[in-house]
Amino acid sequence: MISLFAANWSTFLLGFWNTILCSLISLFFSLIIGSGFAILETVPNKFWRGVAKVYVEIFRNIPLLVVTMVFYLVLPTYTPLKLTGFQAGTIGLSIYSSAFIAETVRSGIQSVGVGQMEGARSNGMTYWQAMRYVILPQAFKIVIPPLGNQFVNLIKNSSILAFVAGFDLMYQGDIVASNTFQTIPSYVLVGIFYLILTLPLSYYMQYLEKKGV
Amino acid sequence: MFKKKILPKLALVMTALVALTLSACSIETDVSSKVYNHVKASKTITWGVKYDTSLFGIKSVKTNKLEGFEIDLARLLTKKIVGKNGKAKFIEVTAQTKIPQLKNNNIDAVLACMTITDERKKSVDFSTPYFKAGTSLLTKTSSKIKSIKDLNKKGKVVIVAKGTTAAEDIARLAPKAKIRQFNDYGSCTNALLAGQGDAFATDNGILAGIAAQHKNLHLVGGTIAVEPYGIAVNKGQTGMRDAINQALKDAKKDGSYHRLIKKWFGKIPGFSIKEAEY
Repeated sequence: MISLFAANWSTFLLGFWNTILCSLISLFFSLIIGSGFAILETVPNKFWRGVAKVYVEIFRNIPLLVVTMVFYLVLPTYTPLKLTGFQAGTIGLSIYSSAFIAETVRSGIQSVGVGQMEGARSNGMTYWQAMRYVILPQAFKIVIPPLGNQFVNLIKNSSILAFVAGFDLMYQGDIVASNTFQTIPSYVLVGIFYLILTLPLSYYMQYLEKKGV
Repeated sequence: MFKKKILPKLALVMTALVALTLSACSIETDVSSKVYNHVKASKTITWGVKYDTSLFGIKSVKTNKLEGFEIDLARLLTKKIVGKNGKAKFIEVTAQTKIPQLKNNNIDAVLACMTITDERKKSVDFSTPYFKAGTSLLTKTSSKIKSIKDLNKKGKVVIVAKGTTAAEDIARLAPKAKIRQFNDYGSCTNALLAGQGDAFATDNGILAGIAAQHKNLHLVGGTIAVEPYGIAVNKGQTGMRDAINQALKDAKKDGSYHRLIKKWFGKIPGFSIKEAEY
């Protein structure tokens, strides 16, 4: 396995780098989009609540592969929009993960007692001020553990890039496996690289959780 | 008294040990025909074949049946190897999974558009070639790409299937082109149709099958590298390999091989069966 890595280290590292890049971009956008829809899901206005609900339910219940293939194959066929595998995969992953993050954050917002909002409002804060300074800080503290799970899932789901030639870790591992025929060591190496990313994240989330309490 | 009793026992143990080593030796020498003996005994050969490659091996969407040149060839060889009532079983393999499946004994032999290469010979044993394919290029009919030279430019993208020899051919003949690899021929075709690459490179027989289904795709530039297909068995299974070689030889002699080639490739435009046949 060490010799396999020694012979193909540049292939693996390129994949590792692309996986990190895709995960970071998706993490950033899915957190923003997800939190946005989470807030929309809890506003008093029925219309916006409905819009958020539809978005979340659609993208939470379609396989990630389907979402990605739409961006990779369907859009370039019928529109002038041309996306590379990396772009299509990252967009698909961001949208898909944002639906899950929206649900997670929404549950956090709703678990903050009704009295908090009422108290803030009766102290003269507007709805958005109360959201920003009272509800969300408490909500995010509550959702750190489930959010950590979503982040770990997001990193693992970035292997979607392998299906659209996005040059991620899984894609590069596939190529090493099929060129050297050393299937088992190739995929074990891929697994180790994913662990290098996900284990520290899991432990950091646990640390945050303890510190928060 | 003690000695009297232990001696016959010792002798017994010794003979048992010797017998065991001898039988172990006989197993050792028999390993090369393990697969062959197994198929002979079960009267069944499990072939690793393509499910997604028209003309060679494809599971028809309409009839849900496997059909193609390699499927027919597998049935023919099965009859020749294990007798008239022999059964051919089929398991799907892709370029990536064929060698692992062979190694873990899921299949007895691979008959799936597999090019004979020196690299692969390190892992498997090949029969004599049964089809002479050549790497070729498939493009949209609207594309300006006419040959491999047009692809040797910055910004050109060539689609290949993972684990095929086409990637090496493109890297050698058009080093400036980018290579994108997909899991199977279906994904490659979809990517080409969606404009995710300028050309799709793989063996001409496979591409001819795809072009026959899609009117806006065509083959260009002739063959850029010769790719002889062979039937692969696990490394060291010479018994099975020799049986396959003998069956192939018989099939070539009695004309059944030629009839199969003619049946599947005789009517394909721009495809010369004389060039493909062995």
